Amino acid sequence: MAPKKNAAQPAPSAAATSQSSTTAAGSVPAPVGAAPVSTPVSAPAAKSAPANWDKVLQNIYSYYMNETPQRTKLIDVFLVFIAVVGALQFLYCILAGNYPFNAFLSGFGATVGQFVLTISLRIQTAAANKSDFPEVSPERAFADYVVCSLILHFFCVNFIN
Amino acid sequence: MAAKTQGPAVGYTTESTRTLLRVVILCFIAAAAISSRLFSVIRFESIIHEFDPWFNFRATKYLVANGFHKFWDWFDDRTWHPLGRVTGGTLYPGLMVTSGAIYHALRTLTIPVDIRNICVLLAPACSGLTAFATYLLTNEMTTSPSAGLLAAVFMGIAPGYISRSVAGSYDNEAIAIFLLVFTFYLWIKALKLGSMLWGALCALFYGYMVASWGGYAFITCLLPVHALVLIAMGRYSTRLYVSYTTWYALGTLASMQIPFVGFLPIKTSEHMPALGIFGFIQLIGFIQYVRSAISGRQFQTFLVTILVATFGLGLLGLVALTSLGYVAPWSGRFYSLWDTGYAKIHIPIIASVSEHQPTAWPSFFFDLNFLIWLFPAGVYLCFQDLKDEHVFVVVYALFGSYFAGVMVRLMLTLTPVVCVAAAMAASQILDTYLSWKSATPVEEQEAPKKVKGGLRGSDKPNVGIYSNLTKVMVSGSMLVYLLMFVSHCTWVTSNAYSSPSVVLASRMPDGSQHIIDDYREAYQWLRQNTKEDAKVMSWWDYGYQIGGMADRPTLVDNNTWNNTHIATVGKAMSSREEVSYPIMRQHEVDYVLVVFGALLGYSGDDINKFLWMVRIAEGIWPDEVKERDFFTPQGEYRVDEGATETMKNSLMYKMSYYNYASLFPAGQAADRVRGVRIPDQGPVLNTLEEAFTSENWIIRIYKVKDLDNIGRDHANAAAFERGQKKKKPTKKRGARVLRVD
Repeated sequence: MAPKKNAAQPAPSAAATSQSSTTAAGSVPAPVGAAPVSTPVSAPAAKSAPANWDKVLQNIYSYYMNETPQRTKLIDVFLVFIAVVGALQFLYCILAGNYPFNAFLSGFGATVGQFVLTISLRIQTAAANKSDFPEVSPERAFADYVVCSLILHFFCVNFIN
Repeated sequence: MAAKTQGPAVGYTTESTRTLLRVVILCFIAAAAISSRLFSVIRFESIIHEFDPWFNFRATKYLVANGFHKFWDWFDDRTWHPLGRVTGGTLYPGLMVTSGAIYHALRTLTIPVDIRNICVLLAPACSGLTAFATYLLTNEMTTSPSAGLLAAVFMGIAPGYISRSVAGSYDNEAIAIFLLVFTFYLWIKALKLGSMLWGALCALFYGYMVASWGGYAFITCLLPVHALVLIAMGRYSTRLYVSYTTWYALGTLASMQIPFVGFLPIKTSEHMPALGIFGFIQLIGFIQYVRSAISGRQFQTFLVTILVATFGLGLLGLVALTSLGYVAPWSGRFYSLWDTGYAKIHIPIIASVSEHQPTAWPSFFFDLNFLIWLFPAGVYLCFQDLKDEHVFVVVYALFGSYFAGVMVRLMLTLTPVVCVAAAMAASQILDTYLSWKSATPVEEQEAPKKVKGGLRGSDKPNVGIYSNLTKVMVSGSMLVYLLMFVSHCTWVTSNAYSSPSVVLASRMPDGSQHIIDDYREAYQWLRQNTKEDAKVMSWWDYGYQIGGMADRPTLVDNNTWNNTHIATVGKAMSSREEVSYPIMRQHEVDYVLVVFGALLGYSGDDINKFLWMVRIAEGIWPDEVKERDFFTPQGEYRVDEGATETMKNSLMYKMSYYNYASLFPAGQAADRVRGVRIPDQGPVLNTLEEAFTSENWIIRIYKVKDLDNIGRDHANAAAFERGQKKKKPTKKRGARVLRVD
């Protein structure tokens, strides 16, 4: 799910490195364990088969550009935004300390939660997954999304202290 | 009886009639579940049972009296005497808030109900809901219409669950089991539909569960394991992604709202599997997306590098964080789940609790009766058409059985899955063999099911049973088993699980019931004859009861959060008076309470628990208290003449047997619990004086003497006083005590 969002931003060639790092940070939003995960992906990739990788990423990029409907791309932009916000919070936590830990947790939790909820929405509205969700129409998916987000933010606000 | 009614239910054709019948049957099941739990109220009275419920009751009363906010910030200075306890932040508030809400709801409906009755009847009421939740859960597993109803019946009356939910056992488990089953139902539902809404509901009930019971960790571990097994079986689907991530993101935040849980979900190892799977499933989701984008060869390179790198680094990161102390390693209770000997060696306080002992084999049969042998059959049936939800039952069955084998109290978490699996097996048998009885449309309906349910290995279609004799015999024996199950459950409930343990019952020679009410007699005495803030020292088992019934501050109670403080009490109990007295003075103890069953033959008394006090004290002061000293050179634990000097001089022994021999004619004093003769010359108490002894001598209360007002030590003063009354024998004794000093 993550590739779309990174692919959406930079030029194809530059996407190579930035993609994998953002991906991991976004897709493995575990509070503490996440940081180490992010770098490795790009590192061994570059080592093992640089030429091959270039191709792989190019394929993904073109697939994304051609196959994704405009609406979904809009969701992806939001995903990128959330990922960036989450990464910023995490960076702050590492650099400046986690003093109001409640606040950090609820802020970070809100981004992670919103991220996975948005991805869920994206999955449920994608035409390719129609067979997986016979009972979930796009409208229903959006309603679910709104309800879940409300619950999520209620908890976050309550936890912020 | 409801089990029998469901047979005819199959016979009706119209959907609405069936639904109506099902509702009626479910109501009957709920009624049966509730009424079988009322034995204790009928036999005894509407009273809170045992130990922990007394604390919950006291907390509920506080909540009702002071409101939610005060309850949340409650600092209790009447427990753990010099220390106090931040009660609001160290309890699971779900239970109290639930009964508080019910109380206020009934008040607004102008139904004046005593809060005690709500507390007493909460557990039976929830058992009805549990039966319903089990029905829903089972219906997700199978297409058979009878399985759900059978599961509901089983769940309603299985002794394994009744043991923790009779009327009056107002404990966290009372509502937690309902929440457990219902959370599982919502999880299965979310997984099947891949719906965010169901996932969010699952998370909400998970949050409620976290608020109610420490056993929530079972869900926290089981759902990730289920997800992991599904992924490992190649059953990853976008539905799994949606339901799991929704549940985890919302559920974790919900659980962090409880002050007692707080940051634990991201800091302790128990919660790490859920977090790990959450990360892992993101990765899988990403890989799945990429797979649809690029060709196979390219995908493989991509996959291998990404998987190896992520896993290696994730694991390394976790290990590093744990060793650096950011993530707390597994707690003691969890170690004792893997290694049953662990607690005994390292944490005697955990091992000393009887419900933390490993389960004995017979108790599986005792608590589950014929369900326990239908259980494997039901799990086997799950393999027949293995869908995601059946994998859940299999995983749950495996984990549940293991944990139930390790700890007696976890039998409770096993019971739901046993009921579900056993109901699937039983309904399979009944559906196959009962078809002769029903009208034609049922056979129509049943035929496709049989074909679907056929074993994957066998090519032959399942045609059913030809001989009527076979049908009669099999369904007849099944009926007998069901009836035996009902009678067994009723018998177990009425005989084993309905005793409040605050009030004891015995039979008179003529068969009539005799109530032994020593506990309440003693607590009432404390309430009426002591100062409001008189501190009572007793072993921690009775802390909650003293707080709840006598309303007096205690030194230690069943919360057991401070091992050192408990060990201090253990030391005071197991040392000589000269050592104990300063300890009691330092803790401002006014009264000491011991439970003594020798007269009545009540085996759960303090002398039998004494070795645990010694062990726990020895854990902190190995030089001053030694367990070995309480055993004779032959290694026996004796209380009669052969008892060791340490034993005879310990405060606990003295308080228990003080003046006991005077009840009997000379040479006849006997201890009926341990079945030995007690020496006529009883122990002498210098620093304590007997304040109260209950009717059957079960509870004895001693008052701690003040310092002597002309500066003598207590031994001297006591000897002097005795010297005034009697002359010869006491002088000798006084002198002996002096020398000991």
